[in-house]
Amino acid sequence: MAPVTVGITIDIREKRYAGQSGARPRTALRDLRACVAPSEFCVITGPSGCGKTTLLNIIAGLDRNFAGALSFEPSDRGAPRIGYVFQSPRLLPWRTVRENVALVLGRNADPVELEGLLSDIGVADVADAYPAQLSGGMARRAALARAFAIAPDLLLMDEPFLSLDAAAADRLRSLLLHLVSTRPATVLFVTHDLAEAVELADRILVLSPAPGRVVAEMPIALARTERRDPDMLTMLRAKLARLGDHARPLGCSTDPVAFP
Amino acid sequence: MARFPAAFAERAASLLVILTAWEVAAWLAHSRLFPGAGAVLATLVDEAARGDLLHHLGATLVRVAIAFALAMALGTAIGLAMARSRAVDTLLDSGVVLLLNLPALVIAVLLYVWLGLTEAAAIGAVTLSKLPTVAVTLREGTRTLDRDLADMARSFHFGVWRTWRHVTLPQLSPFFLVASRTGLALIWKIVLVVELLGRPDGIGYAIQVFFQLFDIRRLIAYALAFVAVVLAVEWGVLQPLERRLARWRR
Repeated sequence: MAPVTVGITIDIREKRYAGQSGARPRTALRDLRACVAPSEFCVITGPSGCGKTTLLNIIAGLDRNFAGALSFEPSDRGAPRIGYVFQSPRLLPWRTVRENVALVLGRNADPVELEGLLSDIGVADVADAYPAQLSGGMARRAALARAFAIAPDLLLMDEPFLSLDAAAADRLRSLLLHLVSTRPATVLFVTHDLAEAVELADRILVLSPAPGRVVAEMPIALARTERRDPDMLTMLRAKLARLGDHARPLGCSTDPVAFP
Repeated sequence: MARFPAAFAERAASLLVILTAWEVAAWLAHSRLFPGAGAVLATLVDEAARGDLLHHLGATLVRVAIAFALAMALGTAIGLAMARSRAVDTLLDSGVVLLLNLPALVIAVLLYVWLGLTEAAAIGAVTLSKLPTVAVTLREGTRTLDRDLADMARSFHFGVWRTWRHVTLPQLSPFFLVASRTGLALIWKIVLVVELLGRPDGIGYAIQVFFQLFDIRRLIAYALAFVAVVLAVEWGVLQPLERRLARWRR
């Protein structure tokens, strides 16, 4: 079955962390509202500690302790299949790459499909290696393969290419765009890096410092080939900063998504 | 594995040194109470052929196996429960500390008094002596479990069984191994005392009899057979298991 991508409506009134063992309680997110369209590649960016990872964990269903609501469309299909690529690869060190990917499929693993995916993502050669034997780039690829293995409706990616050298990160970004074009999914991608955001995004959401909320959004209506021009990046950076200053509250209906 | 024959030769050589030293010391002492290595080994073979040795050794090993399995299973369950719930931890902590420090002799005597000189009392006493170390080890192990991996398993809907088998158990296996090893060492020591106090068979019982008869030759022969089994378990089971579990480490 081809995956049907999902849209998300996010309305988080408040997410607080209770102060544990001496730490002060803090509010990570407040009045965060956003809509993500089906098949949209939505990049979320913002200062450190503004709650980006918290937001992804809430959407992934790992954190249900928040005030607000979260809904997926179409709503009649039950829970969407969510592939999560974490900031560190989080592979099981005692399982090989192939086992790590096959594990998320449980008994439904189709060996032919699995091998196809491994070679598409470029980890077929290291499929029998343990994670400790992999380079950083290969470990990220394995984590990517695991997320795509479940044919996700929605992909959550939390700075997945952090701490890679520029060339490796570049290759992985191209790979990701290729994968998303052949295996459609709605993507929520968190990054600090504006150039990365611009290269990947259909739309960029900017979060405020904690407690995080959406303070700006910017559709990127450029062909992918035009996106690596340095002047254009400078211009976008300035524009994003201006948008952030205005800090207007954003709803869903007022901000239609623009596509190229 | 290529080093195996060399390691074996080293081990055999060190064994030979001990046996020679023993034989020389016995020859110098020249006493009925200090038999030489040759005499003891001859007795060992003799007793094994007669079947008495195997009978007593078998009785002891069955007790060890049952007590070991019970202590590992119950200790693991208690350790996990204590790590996962603060209430359980508070509730059971003093009990565990008490049991940890209560001499095995006291546990054995009390159980024999309460349950009679029965097999259940013997196995119960050995189990109770080992249980707290397993519980404490597994509690510490569970506290070190990686939250990130647990979140990963949850986000990919691993479910209870797959999470346990592929995420939790591999992280706990070093702790299981430590608990098995220290626990087994403890059991070997305690089981003989328990047998000596209140069982009609087993190595502990046999040693008590030979002690009363001042039959030091057979006493040492039985002790040696017991030590041989302990070493066989260490080299044949625990160490290969350890290597297998560490396969994925670079």
